[in-house]
Amino acid sequence: MTETAKPIIQIQNVSKRFGKVTAVDNVSLDINAGEFFVLLGPSGCGKTTLLRMIAGFELPTEGRILIDGQDMAGIPPNKRPVNMVFQSYAVFPHMSVADNVAYGLKIAGVKGGEIKDRVAEALDLVKLGGFGERMPDQMSGGQRQRVALARSLVMRPKVLLLDEPLSALDAKLRAQMQFELSELQEKVGITFVTVTHDQDEALSMACRIGVINKGEVAQLATPSDLYEYPSNRFVADFVGSVNIFEGKLTLDEPDKAAVDCPGVGKIYLNHGVTGPHGADVWIALRPEKIYLHVPGEGKAVKAAAQDAPDGYNFARGKIKGMSYLGDITLFEIELESGARIRVSRPNLSRHDQEDFTWDDKVSMHWRADSPVVLLG
Amino acid sequence: MAEQDWKTSKRTFAAVSLPTLFWVVVFFLVPMAIVWLYSFGENRGLTDIEFSGTLNNYKRATEWLYISIFGKSFAVAALVTLICLIIGFPVAMAITFASEKWRPWLLLGIMLPFWTNLLIRTYALMMLLGTQGFANKGMGALWEGTSWIKTLVGLQPLPTWEPVQLLFNNFAVVFGLVYVHLPFMVLPLYAALDRLDRSLIEASLDLGAGHFRTIMRIVVPLAAPGIIAGVMITLIPALGAYLTPDLMGGTDSQMIANVIERQFKKANDWPFGAALSFLLIYAMFALIAIQSMRKKVPEVR
Repeated sequence: MTETAKPIIQIQNVSKRFGKVTAVDNVSLDINAGEFFVLLGPSGCGKTTLLRMIAGFELPTEGRILIDGQDMAGIPPNKRPVNMVFQSYAVFPHMSVADNVAYGLKIAGVKGGEIKDRVAEALDLVKLGGFGERMPDQMSGGQRQRVALARSLVMRPKVLLLDEPLSALDAKLRAQMQFELSELQEKVGITFVTVTHDQDEALSMACRIGVINKGEVAQLATPSDLYEYPSNRFVADFVGSVNIFEGKLTLDEPDKAAVDCPGVGKIYLNHGVTGPHGADVWIALRPEKIYLHVPGEGKAVKAAAQDAPDGYNFARGKIKGMSYLGDITLFEIELESGARIRVSRPNLSRHDQEDFTWDDKVSMHWRADSPVVLLG
Repeated sequence: MAEQDWKTSKRTFAAVSLPTLFWVVVFFLVPMAIVWLYSFGENRGLTDIEFSGTLNNYKRATEWLYISIFGKSFAVAALVTLICLIIGFPVAMAITFASEKWRPWLLLGIMLPFWTNLLIRTYALMMLLGTQGFANKGMGALWEGTSWIKTLVGLQPLPTWEPVQLLFNNFAVVFGLVYVHLPFMVLPLYAALDRLDRSLIEASLDLGAGHFRTIMRIVVPLAAPGIIAGVMITLIPALGAYLTPDLMGGTDSQMIANVIERQFKKANDWPFGAALSFLLIYAMFALIAIQSMRKKVPEVR
C-alpha cells in the first residue's frame, strides 16, 4: 500500500464484449504485489469476466493484461502464473483430496517425494491435515473449498484468483472463512484477487477494493475510504446503507458549504466542495452518523451548539418504522416535509430499545463533517 | 404425495399399468417363453416340434463352426463399438462445446438418420460403396486426373483404374455397422459430457494441464458412465446385427444373427435356431451383469 508498491497485475484499457453486450468497458487498474484485492459489484457487472480474463479463460476484446510485467496476450490458462479457486470449487470428484492437491504438481513434473511433502504442507495450511485419503463426496462444502484452496496454493502462484469464494457457505462459516482467508493471505504473502457481490466480505478482507458497475470501475479505494468517502452515488448506495438527498449547492467557501435539499432543508458542511455554485449535487449520509435525541435531550444539544452554528445539522420528524436488530435498532423517520430518513442507533444499554416507539416525535442531529457531497 | 403411492392406491396403479403389463406379457414374455421351450425341442416332420427336453440343440451350438461364428460376431461388434467410440467421443465433445445456437442442429444431424428406414439407409450405403458407386467413381476420377497431370508433365500415365471392391466383404460389414450405430454411441456420450461441470475442465487447465491431459484425466474418467452406456447400447445391437451383414457382407461375413435366421427359414430347424437365440440373449445378459457390477464413480452434488 506504499507508494513504492509494485503492481503484479496491470489491467490496461481492457474491454470485453460478448456479441453486442459489453461486459467490461475500458477498465484500467493495477493490483499490487502482496495485497488482498477485492473486485466488488452487483451480479452481472463484469467482475467475474475481469477475473476470468486474468486467468485466461476469456480473452479481452481490447486492451491488455500484464502479470508481473509480462503481457498475457496469447498465453493460455495453463501457462499463466496464476491459479484460481472456482465458485463451485471444482474439486475433481474422482480423485482423493491428496490427488486433487497433487494434480498440478504432477503436471509440473515435481518429484514424488517433494509432491508428498508439499501436499501435506498445503493441507496443513488450510487445516485439512490428515484428510488426504478422503474422497470429495465425503467432505462438507466448507472442506471442499479448503481443498480447492490447497490445490491452488500448492502451486505457489504469483496471484491467487478467487471467484465468489464464500457465496456457497452459510453465514457463520462465511464470517469465519473471511478471517481465515485474510490470515492465510498474510501468511503465504501471495497476492489474492477476490470477486464478490457481498460488501461485508469485501470490507472485512480487502486491502483495496475496486467497485465495478456496468463493466466500469466506479471507485478504487481502501475499505474505509470507500465507506467514508464514496465518490459517487452508486458506490455510496452499494457499499453499506445510506440516505441520499438531491440538492443544490448554495454556499461553497474553503471552510464551509451548504446544500439546499428540498424536503430536508439546508445541510451544512464544515469544508468546501469546489463545485459550481447552484450545481445539482447529492448528499450521502450514513444512518449511523445521525444521532437521535432521547426526549428532552434535543433542546440541550441545540443550545450547546448555538456557539458553533455550522457545527451541527438539526432535523425533526416522526418515527414511522423501527426494526430491532439486537446490536442496533434501525429507525425510519418521516420529516415534516414527508421525506424519509434512515437512522441507526446502537443499543448501548439493555433498555435502549425502550426509549422510542412508533409515531414518537423526535429530533436528531449530525456533524457537519458527516455528509458526503457527491457530484455524480 | 401419499395418494400417488402404489401401495396405498393399488386400484389406480393397476388400472394404469395393466395395458403395459398386458402388452409385455402377451407380445414379449409369452413368445420368448415359446422360443425358449423350442430350444429344448426336436423336429418331428416338416412343421411339428416335440418338446422333448433334449439338450442336443445346445450341444450342437458348441460345435466349432458355431463357436467361431459367435466369436467372430463378438469381434466385429467389439471393433464396431471401438470405432464408434473413437469417432463418437470427439463428435460428442464438439456438440457439447458448440454454441447454444448450434447445438440443437448438430443433435438433429446426429438423429436425422433415424428418420429413415434402416433398409433404405443400407441400400443407400450400398450404392455409395458399389463398384459403380460414388466412392469408386470419385476415386476413379481422381486417379484419371492424376494420370492426366502426369502425362502433361511428360511422365508415364498411371495404369487403368480398377474399381476397388468395397462391398460384400468384412470391411463393408464393419463400415455399415459403424454407420448405423454411431448415433447410439454419440447420444449417451453427449448426455454425460453435457452434465459435466465446466469448471472442472477449467480447473485442470488452470493447474497447468494441457487439453489432451485434461481430456484423459478429467473428462474421460468423469464421462465413464456415459462411455459405458454408449458401449453397451452399441455393442448389444451390433452383436445381434442381421440386416447389415446379410446385405453388405460377403460369403465369409455372416454373423450369428444370420445363422439364426437361416435355422428358422432355409434350414427349417426352429429348435436349433431357438437355442442359438437364447445363447445370444445369455451373452447379452452377461454383458449387462458385468456392467452393473462395476464400481460406481462417486458423484459430488
